[in-house]
Amino acid sequence: MTSTIAQRPTAVGTSRQSHVVADAFTMLRRNLLHIVRYPGLSMFTILGPVVILLLVVFVFGGTLGAGLPGVGPAAGRDAYLAYVMPGILLITIAGTASGAAITVSMDMTEGITARFRTMAISRGAVLAGHVLGNTIQAVIAVALVLGVGLAVGFRPAAGPIEWIAAAGLIVFIAFAVSWIGVAMGMQSKTVETASNLPMILTLLPLLGSGFVPTQSMPAWLQWFAQYQPFTPFIETIRGLLLGTPLGWNPTLALCWCVLITAVGYAWSMAIYERKSVR
Amino acid sequence: MSLPAIEVRGLRKSYGKKTVLDDVDLTVAAGTVTALLGPNGAGKTTTVHILSTLLRPEGGTAFVNGCDVVRDPGGVRAVIGLTGQFSAVDKLLTGEENLLLMARLRHLGEKRSKTRVAELLEQFDLVEAARKPLATYSGGMQRRLDLAMTLVSTPRVIFLDEPTTGLDPRSRHTMWDIVRELVADGTTVLLTTQNLEEADELADRIAVLDGGRIVAAGTPEELKRLVPGWHIRLRFADAAALDGATLALREHGLGESDREGSTRDDAGLALTVPTDGGVRALRTVLDRLDAAGLEVDDLSIHTPDLDDVFFALTGRNDRPGRADREGNES
Repeated sequence: MTSTIAQRPTAVGTSRQSHVVADAFTMLRRNLLHIVRYPGLSMFTILGPVVILLLVVFVFGGTLGAGLPGVGPAAGRDAYLAYVMPGILLITIAGTASGAAITVSMDMTEGITARFRTMAISRGAVLAGHVLGNTIQAVIAVALVLGVGLAVGFRPAAGPIEWIAAAGLIVFIAFAVSWIGVAMGMQSKTVETASNLPMILTLLPLLGSGFVPTQSMPAWLQWFAQYQPFTPFIETIRGLLLGTPLGWNPTLALCWCVLITAVGYAWSMAIYERKSVR
Repeated sequence: MSLPAIEVRGLRKSYGKKTVLDDVDLTVAAGTVTALLGPNGAGKTTTVHILSTLLRPEGGTAFVNGCDVVRDPGGVRAVIGLTGQFSAVDKLLTGEENLLLMARLRHLGEKRSKTRVAELLEQFDLVEAARKPLATYSGGMQRRLDLAMTLVSTPRVIFLDEPTTGLDPRSRHTMWDIVRELVADGTTVLLTTQNLEEADELADRIAVLDGGRIVAAGTPEELKRLVPGWHIRLRFADAAALDGATLALREHGLGESDREGSTRDDAGLALTVPTDGGVRALRTVLDRLDAAGLEVDDLSIHTPDLDDVFFALTGRNDRPGRADREGNES
């Protein structure tokens, strides 16, 4: 017993770096267990977008669809369902950010984060566990919401390559948004704040091309709508699934993903060290 | 082993204008238990947090197992375990899952993890509750699980921040037994407490912290000699016995040699004899009474509380323990 203890410091010291990936997966496993054990929070992130989808399609859809460029009054509802679906998927992703924020914030207030910090675990691994767990949750949520869309008549025109590309982009966006969610959870002093702060993200698809074409907005809002990240996200998904022109949108979307990931990563890492002690 | 497990020199820390630690020195020899005794706000938790790399000191040096807590936090983290006064468990998982999580983060390997977790569940009497969610655990069970999680990798130095605060007497004794077992295995323990009895029960050395300064340090015996207030209260059946006892104890000079003599309570038929709190003094008193053929109806031993310690050590009359008790430990 004494000999194993005596060897431990060096063993852990050298293996610290190589354990980052293993630790990240241990933390991911923990977060997935939370999701399986307490599905309530996950259900809520799916329920919201589904309600919005049904509402805008069946209540507002006829009128909104008739207002879309080049759509006749008769085809309004179906045309609007096709138009709004990418926006609904992005709202779903944005909504899962609050799940990440709540989980992180609960960890910070429970004192378990302080325990992690007194152990030889990389800070990146703890955060990555949250981010990966939330990314998986977001992708599942998107798949379920898409399933509801297909059930009520959404008929994308995409081939296998477009589907794969769209799925890949959704994973990347979910990953980037999860980092922001984690950072917001770190930033929040209470769990309540953590659940409210990411609500800003769910507004972005509405203030972009998610629900109506940006051309129909007043000039000042149009400017914001065109240059915020969710518009290229939505336009790329729309282009891939429905065959609308893609233009520079895929490139812009990928750049935004990289930028958002970098900001979320730097933000949460900076707070992690500072805030994990009560 | 010549290298101390914990070596602290001139440690300072403040939050804004409030000085929390003011030039704290502390040495803990490997394989021993040291208690940091003090009221809320004395700086106990801050000291433990600095030593466990959660906080950075503003001045002074702190070494744990030879590693500088500021320059080599990784080296410190590899050999320490911390159980804080706030539970650091994952309340959404079961006890077993919590322990497995720690075992994986300590890289014990899947097979070794399972056996170690089974061992700990057994040792901490958590086998029955192992697969139940933490919501069903009592305070004592959660605290035991918390400590078991700290012990997954058998750390060399363990910090216990008020390990028994809020526990019922039975859970408290269980916790004490666990700490004694740890020490028997050669672990170094630094524990904080507000309870003099706890420090006395567990510690080889006690350092008394008050207002961010170490005001006294030594073995429990050394400290107790500084503190008045230990006394034996003897109650007798009648006044004759009380008279006899007063005489018997006075003849032998007991209770008069130190600070004050025995005091009589005629109405209560009781005699209060000051002692140093040791067993030998108690035995001497009883032997004297036996020799005089006196029957004692009731005997109780009174130990000084933290207030007495502080009164004796700081000479302050404002009873800091009581005044600050409502305040938050920072």
